[in-house]
Amino acid sequence: MDFLRPASWEEALAAKAEHPTAVPIAGGTDVMVEINFDHRRPEYLLDLNRIGELREWEVGADTVRLGASVPYTQIMENLRAELPGLALASHTVASPQIRNRGGVGGNLGTASPAGDAHPALLAADCEVEAESVRGSRLIPIDAFYTGVKRNALAPDELIRAVHIKKADGPQQYSKVGTRNAMVIAVCAFGIALHPETRTVRTGIGSAAPTPIRAKAAEEFLNAALEEGGFWDSRKIITPSVAKQFAELASGAANPIDDVRGTASYRRHAVGIMARRTLGWTWESYRGTGRSSTEGVA
Amino acid sequence: MRVNFTVNGRPQEADDVWEGESLLYVLRERMGLPGSKNACEQGECGSCTVRLDGVPVCSCLVAAGQVEGREVTTVEGLADYAKQRRSGEAAHPGGGCATGACGTSLQEAQQWRARGTDSQTGEGGELSPVQQAFIDAGAVQCGFCTPGLLIAADEMLERNPQPTDADIREALSGNLCRCTGYEKILDAVRLAAARQDRQEEAV
Amino acid sequence: MGSTRTTGAPTKITQGSQTKGGIGESTLRPDGTLKVTGEFAYSSDMWHEDMLWGQTLRSTVAHAEIVSIDTSEALAQAGVYAVLTYDDLPAEMKNYGLEIQDTPVLAHGKVRHHGEPVALVAADHPETARRAAAKIKIEYRELPLITDEASATASDAVLVHEGRDDHHIGHVPHPNIVHRQPIIRGDAAEAAKKADVVVKGEYTFGMQDQAFLGPESGLAVPAEDGGVDLYVATQWLHSDLGQIAPVLGLPEDKVRMTLSGVGGAFGGREDISMQIHACLLALRTGKPVKIVYNRFESFFGHVHRHPAKLYYEHGATKDGKLTHMKCKIVLDGGAYASASPAVVGNASSLSVGPYVIEDVDIEAIALYTNNPPCGAMRGFGAVQACFAYEAQMDKLAAKLGLDPVEFRQLNAMEQGTLLPTGQVVDSPAPVAEILRRVKARPLPPERQWESSEGADVRQLPGGLSNTTHGEGVVRGVGYAVGIKNVGFSEGFDDYSTAKVRMEVVGGEPVATVHTAMAEVGQGGVTVHAQIARTELGVTQVTIHPADTQVGSAGSSSASRQTYVTGGAVKNSCELVREKVLEIGRRKFGTYHPAWATAELLLEGGKVVTDGGEVLGDLVDVLAGESVEVEAEWRHRPTEPFDLRTGQGNGHVQYSFAAHRAVVEVDTELGLVKVIELAVAQDVGKALNPLSVLGQIQGGTTQGLGVAVMEEIIVDPKTAKVRNPSFTDYLIPTILDTPTIPVDVLELADEHAPYGLRGIGEAPTLSSTPAVLAAIRNATGLELNRTPVRPEHLTGT
Repeated sequence: MDFLRPASWEEALAAKAEHPTAVPIAGGTDVMVEINFDHRRPEYLLDLNRIGELREWEVGADTVRLGASVPYTQIMENLRAELPGLALASHTVASPQIRNRGGVGGNLGTASPAGDAHPALLAADCEVEAESVRGSRLIPIDAFYTGVKRNALAPDELIRAVHIKKADGPQQYSKVGTRNAMVIAVCAFGIALHPETRTVRTGIGSAAPTPIRAKAAEEFLNAALEEGGFWDSRKIITPSVAKQFAELASGAANPIDDVRGTASYRRHAVGIMARRTLGWTWESYRGTGRSSTEGVA
Repeated sequence: MRVNFTVNGRPQEADDVWEGESLLYVLRERMGLPGSKNACEQGECGSCTVRLDGVPVCSCLVAAGQVEGREVTTVEGLADYAKQRRSGEAAHPGGGCATGACGTSLQEAQQWRARGTDSQTGEGGELSPVQQAFIDAGAVQCGFCTPGLLIAADEMLERNPQPTDADIREALSGNLCRCTGYEKILDAVRLAAARQDRQEEAV
Repeated sequence: MGSTRTTGAPTKITQGSQTKGGIGESTLRPDGTLKVTGEFAYSSDMWHEDMLWGQTLRSTVAHAEIVSIDTSEALAQAGVYAVLTYDDLPAEMKNYGLEIQDTPVLAHGKVRHHGEPVALVAADHPETARRAAAKIKIEYRELPLITDEASATASDAVLVHEGRDDHHIGHVPHPNIVHRQPIIRGDAAEAAKKADVVVKGEYTFGMQDQAFLGPESGLAVPAEDGGVDLYVATQWLHSDLGQIAPVLGLPEDKVRMTLSGVGGAFGGREDISMQIHACLLALRTGKPVKIVYNRFESFFGHVHRHPAKLYYEHGATKDGKLTHMKCKIVLDGGAYASASPAVVGNASSLSVGPYVIEDVDIEAIALYTNNPPCGAMRGFGAVQACFAYEAQMDKLAAKLGLDPVEFRQLNAMEQGTLLPTGQVVDSPAPVAEILRRVKARPLPPERQWESSEGADVRQLPGGLSNTTHGEGVVRGVGYAVGIKNVGFSEGFDDYSTAKVRMEVVGGEPVATVHTAMAEVGQGGVTVHAQIARTELGVTQVTIHPADTQVGSAGSSSASRQTYVTGGAVKNSCELVREKVLEIGRRKFGTYHPAWATAELLLEGGKVVTDGGEVLGDLVDVLAGESVEVEAEWRHRPTEPFDLRTGQGNGHVQYSFAAHRAVVEVDTELGLVKVIELAVAQDVGKALNPLSVLGQIQGGTTQGLGVAVMEEIIVDPKTAKVRNPSFTDYLIPTILDTPTIPVDVLELADEHAPYGLRGIGEAPTLSSTPAVLAAIRNATGLELNRTPVRPEHLTGT
């Protein structure tokens, strides 16, 4: 095993070009577990900790360019207004210690369906900034996840940042685990209202081979909200619409049975979370400020 | 490979480090600092918690090579770290550690080393408030989770000197304890916070 | 209404009552400072110049013949010093075991469970050892799997252990049954006719892991005399020694064991893990060898709590009196016996719970299967039974329309009750009273999670995962009470040894207490110092490290150490005190008549009369002399249970705890938040009140864990463990654990030292069924298995 320690982003890209099998390591929360448990012996480890710009973020007019290694703790503390869904998701990541180290780049690089950030990223809509010595490109999040723990990155590419649409409406995130903290998702659900485009986007984690959007549910809800004039009237969403949305979200899941939960429970739970998070975001959009709809921690 | 970094204020060098080694392994097996505990090696228990450039992390998930040039504080250095912070606060009220000027100087580090502790009784040095509170409140049983909890609790009290119970629970939710049922750990953190308050009032 | 009469009173202490730091005070741990500074040396912290790292290669299949093992490639690797297999074992004896020596040190021709040790490697770096182990080639020919009662006892079942010749084989109905214990008293069938209501239930208890935080580890150092020095974390040094020495082919005095720091135990260190392996590698290489399991290996390195199937039938009359009970308890012991026979004894003899039922028909068995071996864990046998009989009590109460607590009180045992084993409960049994106390406690306020800013998710089911802001959340309250035996039972010679020395050091009288008791975190060392202060009237007490240079202290298990080794320390101190007074009489008797006539006490470093008159200073009495006594101490003998009827005075003492659980369940998502777990427990005498609370709260939390999250999942098709990690074997975090208010009763047991009662296990028993009862109360579901998972609560 070789340990590569690039001091700059350019050096990192050069190293990755020279050693395409090199495994990038930043927070170490996935890679080190695999090494400690003897599941993986990469030929090269490519340390990204010395590259300061990966831990920086820029808030633009429409998007946040979030460095791949910005720790979840920083997202929770500093980007709650711009990225509320991701901030909520960040809060559910493992433990405080892990949140101090791990960042979105790791979740995307590993591309595990259980990664906590994915549903929030899918719902908010974003593009992954991938770069290699050949150049830089933006990969739409919808095209990023290509299979179980596989993504659209080329072997010589590294994730530089994620360009996430700034919230133009309420966002929510829920995750089911069998413990009240420090738990891997049995399944997770993210939702973002986009009043500017009058659309709703969703994301589902741990309930399919890859993170997915509940597209049929989104289309149904977009149509129902439009037809009912809900965006303008800000009326309470009728229970039948919420129910249908939840059922379609549940139907989008394609889960498996494993030690963390059964497939049928996952389908069920996705539906419940879809209904609840829709309720929370919509109440927030309506501006009722009903305290019971707001989660705090 | 070779790794140079600062541990508890002292510059350290480790040679012949296997590239897959964790910071935890280097601390325990190469630096003679076994206080940080290895209980799960996957970031699911918090027993190996140390501060890396001031931030609590699981040292089992930090590759040894990643700490090159950085500062690590372990439970062995906690008492001094806390002492430093107190004196630092007195000198620069409200300054905290944000300036980065709160590290231990080499000279101070050597004093720390010279003072040492009596390994038989461990009564050589002064304890940090949170260490003393853990003893006083009965928060220590087998003690394996204790070093990680102390680092996490101390850091929380640094950020949030008057935590609610829910704050304490959240801050310590990454540290498993199998012996106590956590009640005495909560008591200890409350006690440390209360003593800290009293101390500040006195100042 | 049931009787709430309580008998017994707190113990009065005379000797030592004036000396600081004695029993009854919450003195602080002597190892506390070392533990908070990181200096306390746990078994995994041992280090030796030139040491090697040992690695165990374990089977990847559950049941197979070993066709071949090829170690040549591993041996050829640079940095590798030894590779050992069964063929390298040096002695005639190649097996070990707590009671039945059925466990091979390294697999011989066959593996019987997933993760069984097959080969060992010693190398100069753990990674070198791992890579070498990976190069050992093993060819397996898989055998049919035995995974449950049906497959174990089928007429054509493959035998897990062929040619069994242990002492249980004569009375078990099938060789795949380790041990069977029936208990028959009265006529259950006849009594059932008097029942107005009958409740039957089938219950399942999942496989729990001790999940102590400090994985198995230790260091073996070869000695010049051909022996070995072993530093290790264990629960019972002498039991280890008796199993280690024979397979090393060494006399016991050549295997010198010292207890290293122990990172928790809870039963999981009662069996041998890496001890023999490290010694074998050290003796083979001539170098010190350290073995440290990682968490993955730890799940294979120790036995677990027996999973169980429990079949119960209870009857009661309209007015709420229990008429009869029939039960069958099937415990899965896995591939090796470990503590299975004792677990069967506890499960059967305590299957009735803390209730008066005159007519019973009880049977408990433990199976041999190809599942992971199971053995000791906090409250064994009694834990599984309590989960089932408490569910039965709730069902009966509901059927009778009675309050579940009042129904229990109506049938609660008390001092004088005759147990199904024919044994009379001869010390306080305040079952009705502890139930009364947990019930009387005010309930925690509703909707505590609500704040002006919104719902604090940290206080809701799902916690930080933000699954509910109150939707679907229903509160439930449940009660449970349990009974656990204290100490080793069934005729076992359960003794402890304590060596106590008193001398003057630096102008002060100092007592040194030396036992082989394994301090596993419980605070035995704190209590020993307190006993010595009380009995010898000194303040300075040194606790000698535990090793095998003193006689056995028995196991740190069965809630027994304060009782038995504490009793031994007390006894040895009393003998020392007599000798000291003897010296005093000899030296100073002529100066004051009270030396001969008065009752003499040692207080505050002085000899005083019971009237408080100071006769002399211990410094002067002892002068240059030191007084030392090493003595064994035993509790009252017990008897084995009759193999057909289960009759016999099998237990020495009982321990009782009751819980009230308050939970909030997200009924839509099936997530549970335990809001409060109130406990009441009789401890006889709280030698160290702070430690007592720690034991009760810790035990309660382990019970909570197995109620809602903890389970080792074994694939029934392969008998392989599916979740050997802290990612997927979940234990409660601080956000899962509620406030645990504790109500401590101190009703002396006149047969026990200071009237104390063993306390460590009872709180683990009733915690689980109380939480389950509360969840049932919230959801209306039957819930016959633990742990309960979200899919059980949502019917998905």
